[in-house]
Amino acid sequence: MKRLMLGNEAVARGLYEAGCRVVSSYPGTPSTEITEYAAKYADIYCEWAPNEKVAMEVSFGASLAGKRSFCAMKHVGLNVAADPLFTLSYTGINAGMVIGVADDPGMHSSQNEQDSRHYAIGAKVPMLEPSDSKEALEFTKIAFDLSEEYDTPVLLRMCTRISHSQSIVTLSEKTNSETKPFYKNIRKYVMVPGNARLRRPIVEERTARLIEYAETSPLNRMEMGNAFLGIIAAGTAYQYAKEVFGKEASYLKLGMVNPLPEKLIREFAEKVDRLIVIEELDPIIETHCRLLGLSVEGKTLFPMIGEFSQNLISEKLGRETKAGKTLEDEIPVRPPVMCAGCPHRGIFYILSKLKLNVLGDIGCYALGAAVPLNAMHTCICMGSSISSLHGFNIALGRESEKNTVAVIGDSTFLHTGVNSLINIGYNGSNSTVIILDNSITGMTGHQQNPATGYNIKGDPAGKVDLEALCRACGINRVRVVDPYDLEECEAVVREELDADEPSVIIARRPCVLLKHVTHGPPVFVKKEACRSCKICMRLGCPAIHLENGKAAIDETLCAGCEVCISLCPFDAIQADKEGV
Amino acid sequence: MKTTNIMIVGVGGQGSLLASNLLGTLLVEQGLDVKVSEVHGMSQRGGSVVTYVRFGEKVYSPVIDKGEADYIVSFEMLEAARWLPYLKSRGRVILSTQRIDPMPVITGAAAYPDALIEKIKATGALVDAVDALKLAQRAGSVRAANIVLMGRLSTYFNMPLEAWENALKECIPPRYLDLNKEAFKLGRNAHN
Repeated sequence: MKRLMLGNEAVARGLYEAGCRVVSSYPGTPSTEITEYAAKYADIYCEWAPNEKVAMEVSFGASLAGKRSFCAMKHVGLNVAADPLFTLSYTGINAGMVIGVADDPGMHSSQNEQDSRHYAIGAKVPMLEPSDSKEALEFTKIAFDLSEEYDTPVLLRMCTRISHSQSIVTLSEKTNSETKPFYKNIRKYVMVPGNARLRRPIVEERTARLIEYAETSPLNRMEMGNAFLGIIAAGTAYQYAKEVFGKEASYLKLGMVNPLPEKLIREFAEKVDRLIVIEELDPIIETHCRLLGLSVEGKTLFPMIGEFSQNLISEKLGRETKAGKTLEDEIPVRPPVMCAGCPHRGIFYILSKLKLNVLGDIGCYALGAAVPLNAMHTCICMGSSISSLHGFNIALGRESEKNTVAVIGDSTFLHTGVNSLINIGYNGSNSTVIILDNSITGMTGHQQNPATGYNIKGDPAGKVDLEALCRACGINRVRVVDPYDLEECEAVVREELDADEPSVIIARRPCVLLKHVTHGPPVFVKKEACRSCKICMRLGCPAIHLENGKAAIDETLCAGCEVCISLCPFDAIQADKEGV
Repeated sequence: MKTTNIMIVGVGGQGSLLASNLLGTLLVEQGLDVKVSEVHGMSQRGGSVVTYVRFGEKVYSPVIDKGEADYIVSFEMLEAARWLPYLKSRGRVILSTQRIDPMPVITGAAAYPDALIEKIKATGALVDAVDALKLAQRAGSVRAANIVLMGRLSTYFNMPLEAWENALKECIPPRYLDLNKEAFKLGRNAHN
């Protein structure tokens, strides 16, 4: 049966068909939908873990117990989970264990552009890379077989264009994977130095066997066309190359990107006149070819940065590129904005008004850094706001304690922020942390988290009490505010900055896009009362704009949060249309 | 068979994913090779969004490059202008006359260009401008403007109405189906 499927959905289907039983993940664009689709299969247990390290360890536990398991994450999530990964390479697994990691060339939704193939090389584990949804499904199943045959976790590398493109897949029946018995095996699973030293050579032997496998595996294939040009490529780069050259070139299409074959590459190189590697991000296949002593072109032609496309490949190889018409007018950019009615807006308005230093974190609220709020001054990685605030305040003392805060979302706080708060409680910097609790993981498209009280299926689940958790970390001053109430927010932020001990402010209001959140009626501007002071424009609300110098509200966008009403010094914005 | 390229562009939240799903469902039913590339995540928060739909006998790249689009379906005028360089010479732009100011225009840092439809026409592009918002409202919800435009797009394809209606049935929850079918028809029968 053929169906059109998103790459991520195809991975989920592959999990089902491979008889995977346990999936634990943390959401992260572009990997999120793998786990959401997997959760639709009744025979797969799925969960959102608080972070990727937890997810990978849960997945390992399930594998150890004898069930095929999986965890998914975005590329930067693998940084968090790198710790178990590097040692799981030594211990190996029991039932098959596959780790989905989704890179984001072009940084559509990420803070960096790292190439996760480095992790496969570093941890010495095999990595497969599909080039469309069909392969995403097939490779997922093959990954489980390889995992069991070679006793190793297997990485499945996705990227934005594979994860978020739909193409046609062929569905098969589910294979029933058997539960493997768990035997205690201290030498294999207890990685104290003495045992780890024994496992270390096994990793190298395994890699040697995997290279042998790569030489003849159906994952890697030659497609001979015109031998004038030989292209080695994997993933999307292969598709772009095929689009441009079709049968006018020959291809070595790699489905396994670690370890790379040697004989197969040499054989291909001998068959073609000119050998080039087309790969996005880092020159990993190219470097491998050079180590084999081959004459090859790669990054001298193609950029290290960003996504490729058919035009880019045409241009770099001296082919004619297509171009369309452009208007003479300057087209204003349309950056993403905080939604109308977003509960983060009120807090950021106050932080902006008080001209504070704001150490930020990963989530929708990174939009607080955009004009006109300009109220976030760092965004590094999950949880870093709180730890950096501690360091900032230790470095500057009273000078910064009174004008510097950290902002972090509920999901991000539970991901890795809580460790940083423990550090503040323990080492006692007089820091003020604001948890923006919108009661969901927002940016990735509304996933539940340990503070929402619901699990991935939407069923009631354990609920972390954020106030109690903060107190347990040693923070005595824990305040809760409504971010729609600007007056309260300002007063509490001032008080907590003034306090002589660390504090946490929880700004709590659910994301305005959640289905259960009811919107107020749109508000209205009383034109004659508007004095064009433009204070309301400082909110950066997409529903507010100027018409002939006076404020106007787009009622199709307005969510009725009424934050602008409380801000207007002339009572020109009103909730009641009758008064207009 | 040559590959046909359709771009669906607009502002995050306007329903481009539903529109591309509808097209994908329809085209697969016709036995064609199809690729649909979407944008999720950050850009969905009111940013400029683009979805690529490609179909033919065999489709490799999931994306459409500059000068390649046969059709650009735009949910907003400025977005049509932004993505215009992706249109083929003599390609067609199907656009909603809706205007949504981006933040730089709201704050006064930039101006929304005037007479965009005329300027797009002047480049040689074929333009089919529809007041999709008004038609969607008539169908029952402004949120169905995406389906109004799909109705408009359907007039350029030699496919039976029934195939489109089946695709609508597959992509839209039953309680919104009638509304969307109506929106589709209003778009399909709209006079320029």
